[in-house]
Amino acid sequence: MAQRKRNGKGNGHTQTMERRTRMTSQAESEHVDQPQRLRVLKTYKIYIGGKFPRTESGRYYLLKNSSGEGLANVCLSSRKDFREAVVAARSAQSKWAGASAYNRGQVLYRIAEMLEGRSQQFVSELIEQGADPSQAQNEVTLSIDRVLYYAGWSDKYQQVFSSVNPVASSHFNFSILEPTGVVSIIAPEDTGLLGLISTIAPTIVGRNTCIALASESKPLSAVTLAEVLATSDLPGGVVNLLTGTRKELVEHFANHMDVNACVYCGNDAKEIETVRTKASLNVKRAIVIDRKNWTDTSAQSPYFILDTQEVKTTWHPVGI
Amino acid sequence: MTVKAEARARLNFSTDWTYAPAPESASHAQIKPRYDLFINGKFVAPAKGEYFDTINPSNEKKLAEVGQGTGEDVDKAVRAARSAYDKVWSKMPAKERGKYIYRIARMLQERAREFAVIESMDGGKAIRESRDVDVPLAAAHFFYYAGWADKLEYAFPGKQPTALGVAGQIIPWNFPLLMAAWKLAPALATGNTVVLKPAETTPLTALKLAELIQEAELPPGVVNILTGAGETGAAIVNHPDIDKIAFTGSTEVGKIIQKSLASSRKKFTLELGGKAANIIFDDAPIDQAVEGIINGIFFNQGHVCCAGSRLFVQESCYDEVVRKLKDRMETLIVGDPLDKNTDIGAINSKMQLEKIHEYLKIGADDGAEQWCTSCNVPEKGYFCRPTLFLNCSQSHRIVQEEIFGPVLAVQTFRTVEEAIEKANNTPYGLSGGVWTDKGSKIFKVTSKLRAGVIWANTYNKFDPTSPFGGYKESGVGREGGLHGLLPYLNLN
Repeated sequence: MAQRKRNGKGNGHTQTMERRTRMTSQAESEHVDQPQRLRVLKTYKIYIGGKFPRTESGRYYLLKNSSGEGLANVCLSSRKDFREAVVAARSAQSKWAGASAYNRGQVLYRIAEMLEGRSQQFVSELIEQGADPSQAQNEVTLSIDRVLYYAGWSDKYQQVFSSVNPVASSHFNFSILEPTGVVSIIAPEDTGLLGLISTIAPTIVGRNTCIALASESKPLSAVTLAEVLATSDLPGGVVNLLTGTRKELVEHFANHMDVNACVYCGNDAKEIETVRTKASLNVKRAIVIDRKNWTDTSAQSPYFILDTQEVKTTWHPVGI
Repeated sequence: MTVKAEARARLNFSTDWTYAPAPESASHAQIKPRYDLFINGKFVAPAKGEYFDTINPSNEKKLAEVGQGTGEDVDKAVRAARSAYDKVWSKMPAKERGKYIYRIARMLQERAREFAVIESMDGGKAIRESRDVDVPLAAAHFFYYAGWADKLEYAFPGKQPTALGVAGQIIPWNFPLLMAAWKLAPALATGNTVVLKPAETTPLTALKLAELIQEAELPPGVVNILTGAGETGAAIVNHPDIDKIAFTGSTEVGKIIQKSLASSRKKFTLELGGKAANIIFDDAPIDQAVEGIINGIFFNQGHVCCAGSRLFVQESCYDEVVRKLKDRMETLIVGDPLDKNTDIGAINSKMQLEKIHEYLKIGADDGAEQWCTSCNVPEKGYFCRPTLFLNCSQSHRIVQEEIFGPVLAVQTFRTVEEAIEKANNTPYGLSGGVWTDKGSKIFKVTSKLRAGVIWANTYNKFDPTSPFGGYKESGVGREGGLHGLLPYLNLN
């Protein structure tokens, strides 16, 4: 772990490192010879409908680093938070689906720009949550590139996957992709940022809106990502981010009747069964992704966009 | 107008609108008194030795008895399919696989007449439809997918598709042969072997297809066809050595299947129910639209998952549309499915007829205005007059629930937005129809309807190249076209 120090550079890395003083003894930083200034600490909130509410439940969990020191109080989102997020996602869906492919591409590109600008903060948060520095740096750069990758697909996947169908009768017939609608995402547990981005980006570039549950053990990046999203032209409600426990939320992510698809990342057989069982309540599309390595290029593909798409076929007579 | 109105009043459709009978001969249709199960290339008796009758719904006479497949039979069929997959089908060059499918397509075309007659006898559908729609489309489906067998790598850019293994397929009674073709053709073209179960009330054309497959010398075990009821289907769904389930049927059963596959590695596609909106704008070509409404709801007795069972008419043209619709409905001939004049044949089964009658009562009890045509219907057999419910509201059960019969629920709207909102206000999302002569309006409405198949200025058209399947509770996955290959492949 990087040493705690205070210098005048205002380096994002060291700034966030100091957050832990809130949770640990104030005395630990007493030996620094600069005049004492109390740090302004960040409250980690959830992200619903473009706003940053606290969880309605009023419950939190203490996130600790590997040495057992507290890093932050993280919202333990409830079923009600999830339901509010679904309402936000549903309200945002039609407008987002109606945005032009060019516009969506630019919005995703803007997210990449904002991530790049904040990259040091993400690196230090990942380090705080247990990554080694080179690993953390790698995850952040890959995450930025992954957003860019999907930004580029915004006006191309339709061309790759749609078709004009040569029907035998005198009709013009074509099939295009449309969003499944509102998608709930149980983001990968072992990566705080890259896994989250790798599941959100293909979902929203495909004109869906979503509610994602951040990694329980590495939730800080998700909250900071929400701050990036909130300042990057992405309409409120397109992405909603919750923190909390899988144990409590998986079932609700899968059984909500106004959610069209549920993306589950992980390999817990019982959770997978829960997701698939509850999905059957409204013939939800249940997509299970069991992937260890999100850094590999195989973790990005237009086929991940296809996972949350519907094929619509339209017929019209040819004649006068 | 008044002269016309009087003329209409004078014309009694039940007596004045008659045709001489034009029955299609059933003499060349060979139906054996008993059919066994088709497993590993042979017809074999069911393990428990039980059989059940299949009857002609237009006269309630027994046509044949067919084997009652049990879990034991399913297991035997799956073992045959697995062995055929491992030893023969997966090793065969793709182009040779394609040739077998082409051969099936050709033989089906040759024997089209026999298949059409048996389809109408076993299921009750008008011969005009089984002859012109079901059988030719089934052959076309095999023909289309045959050509894909050696071209799969072009369908999915950047991927190397491979077969899944053994597919279990369960099909409904509304298009018995066509649904078998929809299931078998893509599964075989993609290199899978199959265990297929036809519906309980309509097993005959699938069994005739089994005979044809035998004659086509398809390697034993590649296609296995087992007749039976729900339990046979459940045995397929729950068999541990099946890699994929394809089901067409009700949303209710689809949900049960999805749930029972929750802890399984099987892939699945579901093609389920619908309650499609057929939307008529006042700038539509009204006469054509009326034909579209008729075809939308009365095609195949309304036993169509994508039937246009909710009619939305813009207020400004409501009176005209309803008047013309009633007139056109009065000309519909309900009767002997084998008569070439018949528009609406027999309801598929007694159970289905009872269900429709129950909904007719519910519609009337809920306060909708019921109207049905005055045509004669045969005394014996299961028949139902084409029926309209006017002044329906969104909350009526006949508007919300799938009836699967010749019953149309009519509502009105004023604006495009209102039409779209009402149309989408259903858990289903299989299909929809839009009628207007204004192109930009078509694109606006078709892009806003949350459904997998949209017909603009037409309705109920099908083609093997055209993907079909639902949004929301109408199903998962597509059948037909390039997109219909995906559910039968692993993309590596």
